[in-house]
Amino acid sequence: MHHHAPAPSAEEIRDVVLPLTGLEGPLLPMLHAIQEVWGHVPQAAVPVLADVLNLGRAEVHGVISFYHDFRDHPAGRRVLKICRAEACQSVGGAGVAAETLARLGVDWHGTTPDGGVTVEPVYCLGLCACGPAAMLDGRVIGRVDADRLTAELEAAR
Amino acid sequence: MKDFIIPQFAPGAEPFDDRDMGTPARSGAPVSLTIDGFEVTVPEGTSVMRAAFEAGIEVPKLCASDNMEAFGSCRLCVVEIEGRRGTPASCTTPVTEGMVVHTQSSKVRKIRKGVMELYISDHPLDCLTCAANGDCELQDAAGQVGLRDVRYTPGDNHFDPKGIGARSQSEARLREGPGNPQYLPKDDSNPYFTYDPSKCIVCSRCVRACEEVQGTFALTIEGRGFDSRVSAGAGFDDFLSSDCVSCGACVQACPTATLQEKSVAELGTPTRCVITTCAYCGVGCSFKAEMNGDQLVRMVPWRHGKANRGHSCVKGRFAYGYASHKDRILNPMIRDTIDEPWREVSWDEALSFAATRMKAIQQKHGRRSVGVITSSRCTNEETYLVQKLTRAVFGNNNTDTCARVCHSPTGYGLGKTFGTSAGTQDFDSVEHTDVVLIIGANPTDGHPVFASRLKKRLRQGAKLIVVDPRRTDIVRSAHVEAAHHLPLRPGTNVAVVSALAHVIVTEGLMDEAYIREACDWDEFQHYAEFIGDPRHSPEAVEGVTGVPAAELRAAARLFATGGNGAIYYGLGVTEHSQGSTTVMAIANLAMLTGNIGRPGVGVNPLRGQNNVQGACDMGSFPHELPGYRHVKLPDVRAIFEKAWGVEIDPEPGLRIPNMLDAAVEGTFKGLYCQGEDILQSDPDTHHVAAGLKAMECVIVHDLFLNETANYAHVFLPGSSFLEKDGTFTNAERRINRVRKVMQPRNGYEDWEITQMLANAMGAGWRYTHPAQIMEEISSTTPSFTGVSYERLEELGSVQWPCDENAPEGTPIMHVNGFQAGRGRFIITEYVATEERTGPRFPLLLTTGRILSQYNVGAQTRRTENTVWHEEDVLEIHPHDAEVRGVTEGDWVRLASRTGETTLRAVLTDRVSPGVVYTTFHHPATQANVVTTDFSDWATNCPEYKVTAVQVSPSNGPSDWQERYNEQAERSRRILSAAE
Repeated sequence: MHHHAPAPSAEEIRDVVLPLTGLEGPLLPMLHAIQEVWGHVPQAAVPVLADVLNLGRAEVHGVISFYHDFRDHPAGRRVLKICRAEACQSVGGAGVAAETLARLGVDWHGTTPDGGVTVEPVYCLGLCACGPAAMLDGRVIGRVDADRLTAELEAAR
Repeated sequence: MKDFIIPQFAPGAEPFDDRDMGTPARSGAPVSLTIDGFEVTVPEGTSVMRAAFEAGIEVPKLCASDNMEAFGSCRLCVVEIEGRRGTPASCTTPVTEGMVVHTQSSKVRKIRKGVMELYISDHPLDCLTCAANGDCELQDAAGQVGLRDVRYTPGDNHFDPKGIGARSQSEARLREGPGNPQYLPKDDSNPYFTYDPSKCIVCSRCVRACEEVQGTFALTIEGRGFDSRVSAGAGFDDFLSSDCVSCGACVQACPTATLQEKSVAELGTPTRCVITTCAYCGVGCSFKAEMNGDQLVRMVPWRHGKANRGHSCVKGRFAYGYASHKDRILNPMIRDTIDEPWREVSWDEALSFAATRMKAIQQKHGRRSVGVITSSRCTNEETYLVQKLTRAVFGNNNTDTCARVCHSPTGYGLGKTFGTSAGTQDFDSVEHTDVVLIIGANPTDGHPVFASRLKKRLRQGAKLIVVDPRRTDIVRSAHVEAAHHLPLRPGTNVAVVSALAHVIVTEGLMDEAYIREACDWDEFQHYAEFIGDPRHSPEAVEGVTGVPAAELRAAARLFATGGNGAIYYGLGVTEHSQGSTTVMAIANLAMLTGNIGRPGVGVNPLRGQNNVQGACDMGSFPHELPGYRHVKLPDVRAIFEKAWGVEIDPEPGLRIPNMLDAAVEGTFKGLYCQGEDILQSDPDTHHVAAGLKAMECVIVHDLFLNETANYAHVFLPGSSFLEKDGTFTNAERRINRVRKVMQPRNGYEDWEITQMLANAMGAGWRYTHPAQIMEEISSTTPSFTGVSYERLEELGSVQWPCDENAPEGTPIMHVNGFQAGRGRFIITEYVATEERTGPRFPLLLTTGRILSQYNVGAQTRRTENTVWHEEDVLEIHPHDAEVRGVTEGDWVRLASRTGETTLRAVLTDRVSPGVVYTTFHHPATQANVVTTDFSDWATNCPEYKVTAVQVSPSNGPSDWQERYNEQAERSRRILSAAE
């Protein structure tokens, strides 16, 4: 993930989304592009997207807020997602999550004080056969425990 | 919201069924089915829910409403259908032939109860103290499903502000607690309604109403699952800062008190309702005035109203507070000279003072030295009486009306080409349009309810062409985008419309069969030769109009070949030195393309005020008796001479500008002006002021001491539209009833006051109800022969012509050829206005209006609509601003050859470089100090839309503004009767 200045101007946002206007259903790709560049979807993007796509501001806001993956402020340098769905819970996922959160000293959606890691819940990564499962910066990891996750985070630091 | 059984209006008539049928009506082939053992036949495509309502069976519902498409989210309307598995939602299930439906069974009862239990588990139990108590669909539905218990223990919820497990907010108020992050406080930023998230059941009706009915897309559901909430605008918005235009559709749609009128919260739920007609713009929306005794609780658009089909805008829905504003004058007043303070006197004294003065003036200066101005805001009956006053009592034809300054070119232009001075369609017609051409109209601001209907059609795929110097909202706003916007230089309408016709004729795109059948072919040949000349080509006029030739050609081709083409236009067409010419050019364009005489086409003038059409119909013009018949014609005069028992002056009278000129010259001395503020609304304010000042008796009949009253000697307090009976005729020629919902606060209805004035001058009129005035109108005016109050009660409303050929009225005109014979093509040569830019005045000023304000603002300025628009501002292109050192919000001096004023600047690229724009809603700005006395060649309609101006930085109000305000202040002093 690239980390630019967290408060892009309307012009900068426009430059990022304009090449995508030709797509079918361009709003989601545009939101992904914005989050890709700035690590989050700033509020300043709402009027820009409404104008570019000729939508109401409310509609854009409705879409952004529907998807938990679109953040309104930047995450930590790494994002760890731990699965809380049934299959992983049945093989100890809840314990792994609790232990990991405790070690990092954060709650769900929290970011460590050094800005190193943000931890988020996820509901099924499709790895039910090798749960408990987690995902670090988009890379899935199977059969995790708290130690494995700590090691992964250390290695990635 | 609240469903009333509306009492029948006419004796013996059926009461109106005001129920919400759940889903929209359909118009397919008949389908028969059985619901709970009752056979019912409905059109194909109808939902099971609506079919049940048709059979008299109500299925419980929360998310369904018949003005929006079914949504299927509340799951309360589930039914069982024989032969089908499960329990489908009746709102989203269309009927099929032979279907057998059960709306009540132990299975669906159990499901409904369970659903209701979940809803109520997250809803405060504050019914008795809730503003929607007695008017709540959630309450009704809980009753219908027999909810007797909520078994869920208090848990996460959205309504308990303290987080203490309270079941009601009244309980929570008394205790302390840790708080509840899910609880959001009320948003009361909108002046007319509140949004209380704690009462929301997230049925999405408000969001859907905003999208489907109003077309603004200001609302959304934010978040998902338990976090779902209604949100206005983006996360940083409240209702006021969002795109919300306060049309009220969401409030009307809300089944709970989540979106609630503040007036209902304050006054309680209404107990009776009267159907009446809005007194704002020419759309003429039907409303239910919902009352408690003589207290107006709220205005709700009426679903059976044929102009608005259940929709409204911020003005009609909410801005009625002016009728009870403290500025309203309730007692008659007189004064000898305009420098004196007003003296409150009895009606008798005021009327005899007025009558004595008028008679004395006529004795000294002649019969023709006095006159009247009728109002497009008053009823047909009132207007008829005012013109009758001058013709039958004063003995001259000095009557004119505010239509002089707005749509007089429409009357002239359409009369010359089509033979009738009126728009050709009804508003429903827009639902059949494929290409809409809007010229010089800003419907989202000026005619918002029509704009919503238009936007709906555009979202269905109709194409749009806009001819306007400004990029108005209809050019581009959420889900609407014009195929072509032709941003012409103000004053070049004729060149642009003629160029459109040139392309159609030279490229052979005209509808020759139609022209041969309905129009004068020889005249057309002549016209085609004229319009085909290369000087009318888009390329030739581009230099003058500023419209790119290729864009104009594309627009012409689209209009000629895109299917049903409809033209809608406004004052941007008429208020020019060539206003009448443009109207005729528009008529030519419609005839050329065969777009006349069926749904979806036509020429549609959007009328500014509620009764512009009616005021013109009623003989307000100095040369025409009611029904547009020239006063010179002896047989026409004979009709009225017989009815009125007087001799009528065969000489046409004075128009408003002529009256003022004659006043300045000293030959016109007395004026009775009803419901119009000529000082603020007419061009060249200095000249109007000079004319009024020169008169010896100015009688102003109005709700307020308006600007004209500063120069008046007699003030007769008027009644509001809520306080009188009568009729308004809207832009589609629809005659709508205005009904008295309360007694006149000033003591008399306006028609009574005119009658008293006439009688004070010796007329001896004896009308006891406006219905008798309408009888007189229909007995003297051919297109009204079938109109009577009884007929209006039966039909709800009727569009003239209404006579023996069309007993139910005429929704669409010229269906089988033109009424008056053949359509006439008239040569439309472009002649530039004499108002030219030059080194001293390099910019062109054009004027207009804004959604929240109405005309001179006499009404809307006295409501909370000022939240949206507290002053007139000058829109200027950033480039023009920069070279003048003007920045956003600066005071600027706006000067023309006529005068100057000051106002604040707003920088926007809505206007092109070289063009500036302002509104004329506020007397403090007096935009018409700047406008000139140039006017339409045929009708004298002022050229408001083109003034050469200069803009420069300024420190504050101009000398004129200060002097004027001082004079106005002095002039408004009132001594009470005791002094």
